[in-house]
Amino acid sequence: MKYIEDFGKYVLLLRSAIFARPEKFSMYGKEILRQMHDIGIGSLVIVAIISAFMGAVTAIQFAYQLDGGFIPMYYVGYIVRDTMIIELAPTVTCLVLAGKVGSNMAAEIGGMRQKEQIDALEIMGVNTASYLIMPKIIAALFVIPLLVILAAFLGIIGGYIAATGTGYITGGQYEMGLLSFYDPYFVFMMIVKSIVFAFILTSVSCYQGYYVSGGSIELGKSSTQAVVLSDILILCADYVVAMILT
Amino acid sequence: MIKAENIRKSFGEQEVLKGVSTIFEPGKTNLIIGRSGAGKTVFLKLLVGLLEPTSGSIWYSDTNFTSLNTKQKKAIRMQIGMLFQGSALFDSMTVEENIRFPLDMFTNMTKKEKLDRVNLVLERVDLTGTNDKYPSEVSGGMQKRVGIARAIVQKPKYLFCDEPNSGLDPKTSIVIDELIRDITIENNITTVINTHDMNSVMEIGENIALLYKGNLAWQGNRHEVLESDNELLQDFIFASPFLQRLRDRALKE
Repeated sequence: MKYIEDFGKYVLLLRSAIFARPEKFSMYGKEILRQMHDIGIGSLVIVAIISAFMGAVTAIQFAYQLDGGFIPMYYVGYIVRDTMIIELAPTVTCLVLAGKVGSNMAAEIGGMRQKEQIDALEIMGVNTASYLIMPKIIAALFVIPLLVILAAFLGIIGGYIAATGTGYITGGQYEMGLLSFYDPYFVFMMIVKSIVFAFILTSVSCYQGYYVSGGSIELGKSSTQAVVLSDILILCADYVVAMILT
Repeated sequence: MIKAENIRKSFGEQEVLKGVSTIFEPGKTNLIIGRSGAGKTVFLKLLVGLLEPTSGSIWYSDTNFTSLNTKQKKAIRMQIGMLFQGSALFDSMTVEENIRFPLDMFTNMTKKEKLDRVNLVLERVDLTGTNDKYPSEVSGGMQKRVGIARAIVQKPKYLFCDEPNSGLDPKTSIVIDELIRDITIENNITTVINTHDMNSVMEIGENIALLYKGNLAWQGNRHEVLESDNELLQDFIFASPFLQRLRDRALKE
């Protein structure tokens, strides 16, 4: 019953956040830009590192498996490309961002709730659900797909460096693989996934923070819950999107 | 003027307020006092609309606040300023940005007009020159004064203060009390203060409502406090032996 109640509260919160008219567009615009900076610029390093290593590990492990077999080695480039684009870039990147960005959002909003800053905004006449949550969702929907595209690109580069650096394949073979069997539809899938996952991780994290009550322990729990729930929902959504789009 | 009529509030099985009726008068410092758990904070939150009463009504002048929808309540809220117990300043904003926030959000004033207004209220609360400081860089008393400045920047008709002296030393408490009282008189606003600071009661309490276990146990002004034979009031105000001795001496004189 609690899950049904939570889902209902979540839907009502999103309705207040998304379908309300902003009090002042310029203030919301400033907040969106601030969030885009925090989510985008603040996550560049971790996304770059994770995606480069994902690509590198994928390349090496597949190169090892293909070595000496019947499948041509240039397939390494093809496999790294599609694995990064279809799955690793959108899913793993968003799982990591749920931890970094999502927990931060839950803690920020939860902290505001505990320090009565949300009450102060309500008294002033601000629609707090809209002002605190909508800019975060809009910023995430714009920035996270860009981060995912960057992740895919850096993953492919990481794969190139790892595979050629270890001598498994030559640069030419890797590039041949990158150009083989390319289907732009997979990029479309990647972007759809990243948009869906961005919405999930932002809205769920904001919900967790908005309704926190109690002290620091509850705040910590809500931040953790935001990450866990976002991760589970991202993986479920991954399956659903894959079913629909393939 | 704010009028509360037979306000009841329950949280599940627990009834916190059991039919409180009172009037808070404009141009006066109206105090809500009582022991911890008496229902003061719940009552204050009902008055400003952060909570909905289980039954009863709250009137702002001739408007039944409790019967309004969210949009209509917003119009009343624009006339309300509130100082929270912990000041509730926005950590990521400077003092100036905190005070300017309501003007940024709800007015079309120019940058200069907003800055002038912010500097005016900063001067009023004796914090000139602190514009660029963050809340973490100022003392507790200064944070309260910034909170007051933010509460009055839009010239509200109603000012609510939730335990404004909480966490402050006695001298700073007096400064805050006098500031609230002076602003109330200067602007003829209806001020409602939630407190259990006895100094506030005796120095600025012009209309005092004592809550006890969810009921209104006594109402009067600070002059009537000494003479009242209401046992609950006497127990609460003169709980400390030191204050009992002071009272006895005052009565003798």
